[in-house]
Amino acid sequence: MHIIMFFLFAGFCLAGAINLLIQSHPINSALSLIVVMTSLAVLYLMLGAEFLAAAQVIVYAGAIMVLFTFVVMLLNAGKEARTRGSHAAWVVGFPAVVVILAVLATVILTAQGLGTASVNNGITSAAEVGTVLFTELLLPFEVTSVLILIAILGAVALARPSDGERDTHEEGTAGK
Amino acid sequence: MTIWQFILWSVLKVAVVMTVFLTAVAYTVLLERKLLGHLQNRWGPTRVGPFGLLQPLVDGAKCFLKEDIIPTGVYRPLYLLAPVIALGCALTLFAVVPFGEPDVGPFGLVKPGEMHLFQIADVNIGVLVVLGLTSMGVYGVALAGWSSNNKYALLGSLRTTAQLISYELALGLSVVGVVMRAGTLNLRVIVEHQATRGFLTWNIFGGLQLLAFCIYVTAAFAETNRSPFDLPEAESELTSGYHTEYSSMKFALFFMSEYGNMINVGCVATLLFLGGWTSPFGDLIPPPQNIFIHALFPIFWFVLKVFCFLFLYIWVRGTLPRFRYDQFMYLGWRWLIPLAMLNIVVTSFWLSFR
Repeated sequence: MHIIMFFLFAGFCLAGAINLLIQSHPINSALSLIVVMTSLAVLYLMLGAEFLAAAQVIVYAGAIMVLFTFVVMLLNAGKEARTRGSHAAWVVGFPAVVVILAVLATVILTAQGLGTASVNNGITSAAEVGTVLFTELLLPFEVTSVLILIAILGAVALARPSDGERDTHEEGTAGK
Repeated sequence: MTIWQFILWSVLKVAVVMTVFLTAVAYTVLLERKLLGHLQNRWGPTRVGPFGLLQPLVDGAKCFLKEDIIPTGVYRPLYLLAPVIALGCALTLFAVVPFGEPDVGPFGLVKPGEMHLFQIADVNIGVLVVLGLTSMGVYGVALAGWSSNNKYALLGSLRTTAQLISYELALGLSVVGVVMRAGTLNLRVIVEHQATRGFLTWNIFGGLQLLAFCIYVTAAFAETNRSPFDLPEAESELTSGYHTEYSSMKFALFFMSEYGNMINVGCVATLLFLGGWTSPFGDLIPPPQNIFIHALFPIFWFVLKVFCFLFLYIWVRGTLPRFRYDQFMYLGWRWLIPLAMLNIVVTSFWLSFR
């Protein structure tokens, strides 16, 4: 039962990823990426990580991809032009991908001390995730929040109106 | 209980709940028209049936019989998919809502290992499923406006999407206080925590979540695109926004998804803040012996509370004028989110000092 569901949703994930690459219209690629994100959420759910699955749907599929879709709609990007591709991509590219995949698979399969996760594990509740996040992994958590704060400050600094426009802009938004 | 029995009972529950939910959506439309009429000193629909009660049936028949127009330049796959996404998310959200006593199973009082009769999916992360489906419902709106090949629709859908993603944050943050008090994300357990002493232990009064309740209600008005936040659908400004180019049944699907979201948000608010299916009298009335009454009264209380929410929605629609776009963005980002975070901080201090 779990094996069937795993293959089904892993298949959706791979199909979405390949569809993202071969589609010519960016909105189709964005929607395929949404399919990939939600399939990943289902795979997390099957491993018992229910909080992570919900967070994946809310954050990735529900917020980040909405912004991607927003940009595609605002910029009105049309279909991209089809090129024939370069010879180098075929000669060097595909063998290189196979080599990298083999190296990654060997490293992951023979690594020691990675821990185990199986499809039949118990469910990890949100309380356990919270406990680990705030006790053992407190430093990475705080560093990540500083990182996100830097990103927000950078975005605000980039999006500010320049000095010349700022005075009229401030008067215009005085309404509460 | 075997897997086949489980599937059979689940399908039965889904069929009954969907029928009742869609009927409730249709009659919410009638409720709104009649209430708005009375607020504006006129009667609403009164011609079709007694007190206009057959009006939704006639409206449904009208929508089926109208001509289904698909404009030429639309991007067809997304044009047809968008109302499906909108209504699908609205209907699926009701699957995690417990609307009755969890003691009652298909064969009487539930023993361990059997399923509850009054909740379709008892998941441990009910609150997160609600927030996730609200986030996914944004796609219905965004794709509808873009695929319509119409500048007004595109503008309306962009405005709506920006509004929805802004108020999702306030919605989620206002719920954190409730989750902290209950210590779980499971909706049924959150309601059971509020059941101890009648209406004094409901999260809005005894749980001191009044500020969170006000923030939640405001964010819910914005999430469902209802007045006073309905600028994206303002007919005088945007010729009805993202569903301009939709006709007959597809428009009816958008309409149903809007009222379905209203009902969903009302249900979630009663579960989190008003004590769900528990009666306001608490322990003053001993639990009845008869299993039918034991199962029926909680559903009655739940429906009464959701009805109060719908009444509030329609009352506000008839009373307040519409916000300007920059005004409600200001409200969402610079008032509601800081207030929600203040609520989280104060609740956590309160909980740590008890």
